Amino acid sequence: MTSIPAIAQSAGPGAARAAARRGARKSSPFASGERKPGKLTYTILSAFVLFSAFPFYWSFLIGSKDNDFVYSGEFTLIPGPNFLDNVKRVLESDINFWGATLNSLIAATSMSVSVVLLSTLAGFSFAKLRFKGRRGLLVSVIATMAVPTQLGIVPLYLIMSKLDLQGNLLAIILPGLVTAFGVFWMTQYLQDALPDELIDAARVDGCNLIRTFWHVAMPAARPAAAMLFLFTFVGSWTNYMWPSIILDRASGTLPVALQGLQSQYYTDYPLILTGALLATVPLLIIFILAGKQLVAGIMAGAVKG
Amino acid sequence: MTVSTSSTRRAGTGGPAQVPAPQQARRLGWGQRMSRFDLKVSPYLYISPFFILFGIFGLAPLLYTAYVAVHQWHPIGGKGEFVGLDNFTAILQQDQFWNAVGNTFSIFLISTVPQLIVAVFIAAVLDSNLRAGTFWRMGVLLPYVVAPVAVALIFSNLFSEQFGLFNSLLGMIGIDPVPWSSDVIPSHIAIATMVNFRWTGYNTLILLAAMQAVPRDLYEAATIDGAGRVRQFFAITVPMLKATITFVVITSTIGGLQIFDEARMYGGGSGSGRGGPDGEWKTITLYLWEVGWNSTNFGRAAAIAWLLFLLILLVGVVNFLLTRRISSQGGDR
Repeated sequence: MTSIPAIAQSAGPGAARAAARRGARKSSPFASGERKPGKLTYTILSAFVLFSAFPFYWSFLIGSKDNDFVYSGEFTLIPGPNFLDNVKRVLESDINFWGATLNSLIAATSMSVSVVLLSTLAGFSFAKLRFKGRRGLLVSVIATMAVPTQLGIVPLYLIMSKLDLQGNLLAIILPGLVTAFGVFWMTQYLQDALPDELIDAARVDGCNLIRTFWHVAMPAARPAAAMLFLFTFVGSWTNYMWPSIILDRASGTLPVALQGLQSQYYTDYPLILTGALLATVPLLIIFILAGKQLVAGIMAGAVKG
Repeated sequence: MTVSTSSTRRAGTGGPAQVPAPQQARRLGWGQRMSRFDLKVSPYLYISPFFILFGIFGLAPLLYTAYVAVHQWHPIGGKGEFVGLDNFTAILQQDQFWNAVGNTFSIFLISTVPQLIVAVFIAAVLDSNLRAGTFWRMGVLLPYVVAPVAVALIFSNLFSEQFGLFNSLLGMIGIDPVPWSSDVIPSHIAIATMVNFRWTGYNTLILLAAMQAVPRDLYEAATIDGAGRVRQFFAITVPMLKATITFVVITSTIGGLQIFDEARMYGGGSGSGRGGPDGEWKTITLYLWEVGWNSTNFGRAAAIAWLLFLLILLVGVVNFLLTRRISSQGGDR
């Protein structure tokens, strides 16, 4: 079984196409000659990336000052000495920062794992198995993407209250265990990345469908699954509206805690921005560690758009 | 393909229409019968979690919303009497509702339109043989990991009227401070900036992914024919991206019309949480939240939800038609 992922990766039509594309770019005098980026390109990109990174630096900058500085209206890009002090103040404030981090971690992890598993399972079925009503059901999955779940929050609130899940992390985890986007995404990806021959081979070897899924489809789905995992994780980590309604201070996730920071100390910008930065650090670390795969996953998965 | 001998095995690959009529004559072994059962039932089993969960937490609430919307309903007291469409007519008569609709559209337009144009542009810039390509792509996606709440807090500071960076910079070049949180349009620009900050890079990468799939020989042929880069962009890239552009426009619409987080958290103090001292940047979703959880009138909140849903559908359809038009026109040029 161990060789299968290797085959899947090197023999997948997606991989072949990508290789052909790379080859074409390198060897073709037109492609490389005509589309070679110049100084202007790098200037534009640098400006854009600077715009992207600036708010991070700004929150650190304000986080390293004290309130007097903020209200002096002075302008500087040189950090002050108060950053650790402000970190300490965030951690010691009564927003329960560590508790909120833990809640965010639990919610985001369980949702991401579940979304990846259930979406890949459904995607495998839609992409590679034949059954009655397949097309219709797939269309209905796509159609549900257009249904804004936020709009159901009034009854969702009623349902969760009835189930006695108010203030319970389950109230935000349960509705997010699988997403239409995930199912659609994995279906698209597996269609190309998982050759039918591999499934046949596994079945000849005596695998039933679920083992075929686990040993053949899952490994083949890895790049797209990694991306789906990260997107779900980020989505859960940054989600605010529903958690702010259904959770309380003890069970709140980080965005809910951040809101507390604002309403308590609404003018204390060094404290607020330090909190905002701290709440982003875990995602920032994951992003820097996994960003390469993330970007590669987007590039591989959205071939059809 | 030569390995597959029985047609049941081929079922997994959607093979030719030789799907077996139940072969009663040949006796099937236990294993084979299990395998046939497996092939028949498993596909439904695998997709069922989605449909079950969506049914409970997606579809049911949406339909239930319609039920709540035609009743008096209190968060704690529960269901009151049936009032028919009263909740809807009451909402439609509120100035606040129309104010929220106007704000939502204004913020939506000044965020989505420039955002998508910039996204297409940056994607086109990224779609070349860059040195350190991954670095640039990651840099572009970076803002996506910041929670909208954090974005709103950071930008509230940047846009703060008296001591914010933006007004300080404007002051340096001799421009009077802009009332970012007390005037309607400036506050909309501020919120749109937050939305753009977070989503431009995300859309850029989605578009870039589609651009990378455009066959390179099309560009080569166009180059031989003497088409410049701009011309190639409009004659090849844009038409080839039709599906992706439609996707991005639709998702941005759905997201943009539901904007809540930024509007709720913007403003640091004065009027924050209510969309401004006088509702200058109160969006529909923020209004929904206020009616439901502040005024504790779930019936009306549900009515707002349905009105917003219809609005999104309407704009979605208009968008869809427009995008089709625009991107196919690009092909004619």
